[in-house]
Amino acid sequence: MRSNAVAAPTGAPAAHETPGPAQTPGRGTRPGGRAAPRKVPLRLRLRRDRSLLLMCLPGVLLLGLFAYVPMLGNVIAWQDYSPYVPFRDSPWVGWDNFVRVLGNPLFLDAVRNTLAITAFQLVFYFPVPIALALLLNSVVTPWVRTTIQSIVYLPHFFSWVLVVTIFQQLLGGAGLVNRVLAERGLEGFDLMTNPDTFLVLITAQSVWKDAGWGIIIFLAALSTVDPALHEAAVMDGAGARRRLWHITLPALRPTIILLLILRLGDSLTVGFEQLILQRAAVGAEVSEVIDTYVYYQGVVYGDWSFAAAAGLVKGLVSLALVLGANKLAHVFGESGVYKRS
Amino acid sequence: MSIDNDTGQAMSRPDAVPFPAPPRAGRAPRRRRRSRHRPVWEGVPGPFTQAGKGIALAAIVLAVLFPLYTVVLTSISTQADVNRSGGMVVVPGQISFAAYEQILSGGIVTRAAIVSVGVTTVGTLLSTIVSILAAYGLSRPGSVLHRPILFTFLITMFFGAGMIPTYLLVSGLGLIDSYWSLILPGAVSAFNVLILRNFFMGVDQAILDAARIDGAGDWRVLGQIVVPMSGAAIAVVALFYGVGYFNAFFNAMLYINDNTKWPLQLVLRSYVLQGVALPGGGGTADVVTGAVSGLPVKMAIMVLAILPILAVYPFVQRHFTKGVIFGAIKG
Repeated sequence: MRSNAVAAPTGAPAAHETPGPAQTPGRGTRPGGRAAPRKVPLRLRLRRDRSLLLMCLPGVLLLGLFAYVPMLGNVIAWQDYSPYVPFRDSPWVGWDNFVRVLGNPLFLDAVRNTLAITAFQLVFYFPVPIALALLLNSVVTPWVRTTIQSIVYLPHFFSWVLVVTIFQQLLGGAGLVNRVLAERGLEGFDLMTNPDTFLVLITAQSVWKDAGWGIIIFLAALSTVDPALHEAAVMDGAGARRRLWHITLPALRPTIILLLILRLGDSLTVGFEQLILQRAAVGAEVSEVIDTYVYYQGVVYGDWSFAAAAGLVKGLVSLALVLGANKLAHVFGESGVYKRS
Repeated sequence: MSIDNDTGQAMSRPDAVPFPAPPRAGRAPRRRRRSRHRPVWEGVPGPFTQAGKGIALAAIVLAVLFPLYTVVLTSISTQADVNRSGGMVVVPGQISFAAYEQILSGGIVTRAAIVSVGVTTVGTLLSTIVSILAAYGLSRPGSVLHRPILFTFLITMFFGAGMIPTYLLVSGLGLIDSYWSLILPGAVSAFNVLILRNFFMGVDQAILDAARIDGAGDWRVLGQIVVPMSGAAIAVVALFYGVGYFNAFFNAMLYINDNTKWPLQLVLRSYVLQGVALPGGGGTADVVTGAVSGLPVKMAIMVLAILPILAVYPFVQRHFTKGVIFGAIKG
């Protein structure tokens, strides 16, 4: 089903619709006879679907235990929790922990750092995969294209420990670049421990690791552009630049907006593993973000309730951001992350 | 297997679409040499544009491959070469596998590699199977409890419980220092379930109906028709899970206090990134006290941490472009 949908561009209609995912393929094609709704009594439907339910069971159990039970576990944010006292005996303290969190200058610093990183990366990371996808899309020889694709996807699958170590070995104080600079008699720099350039460093790491992978979704969107549109535009005398502006970018618009929404919704989540790996080297003033703050307050310093409150604040604000951004997308007439049904 | 290949072939066609075949007839004489892949209507870019693009692409490829080259080269260099160059080796000198012999001859790195591979294998199997089952279970809208269960999965994509309660739960279950703590908490990813579900829903329903008419139950339909037809999607999802397990270091930092149970990424972090000498290790022949305890050994550990990914990647990456991932972004 889907492969047909993607293959569609030769036949005209799919051209400026949202690429791919807007329609889940199966949504229109209900399995014949199975979907006869409502009239069948529940007992029979249960019988009919019992294997389906059974199949969902392991997944639901795992999620229930490791996703939903911890959600309830957030009640310790309203307690003065201590691991040595049974959960139920911990005293209730109302909103004290939340008041402490929101009044804590270190927490506010962490929020500020988080937002600074998000904003910086929105400007200097977000457009990179789009540009890269356009560049790659203009390569016409198939084998060159697929080879480059395979190569630039690769770093996405490396761990953060690996990526940070590679940067350390190449750009750190004793790294390769500094050595070459020193041999030329130039002044070196240590990107790894300089708090002033930390934003640049982590953005460079993100670009190296993930920008290549990021193009995959844009390439998919580009592949749905009907070549006939380009052809017609050329006939009408449109140059490459005008076609980029009037055909290619509009085709990417839904995807860009979708990813922008996801990123905005995730404003408070910035590369946790990446940052915690480099916190010691560069100092907490610039590298402490909400997640690392929660980790240190809770797991390291043992202030469990305080950390849980901080984490909960973050989770709820994030949820509000996702829903808000999605609402915004609906206002602008895009389909957003989920559709209202 | 043959069915798998067939779908693979069929699915790869969309890639070729943006590049329509060159015109079959009436070739006009051209002044500039043009690629036969370039559509007729498109003008050939000027030489400067093309050179610029070429340089940009070459720089990008180089930026990815050069670090890997120097890591691998340093790992197979002698300490003397490393000393001469003052760090990472760029120009090949004498080749030596001493570093690999050292880290693979037992001791903490070997053990960590085994732990990582073991956790990755068990975890990937478990996650993939559970996800396939859940994805098929959710692939028929209108079945009993379809929407509530689907929402159970979806909600976890938008609201995470947070690190602290999860940690307390894992420690409450007595999983601290157990390898299961590296597997179970993240075993099911709603995103991957949606990828599979989306793919399963795209399987031609007529085939499934035919099988049902012939008396196949859902288990049989899943095992004998849907799974063999979804090789690409399953491979990609398994890769996502596998890479996730193999690359994770923070969960081990949280849950594994006993450093003899550390996975490779934690060893990498302590010994290579932070330059800490590994404690314990048992015996004098381990990495810390060995003859070439410098950069080659560190880089050899790096290579060890890249190798499994490089080994699996080529087999899976050809499925990436087939819309497998793209289709599931929206729930």
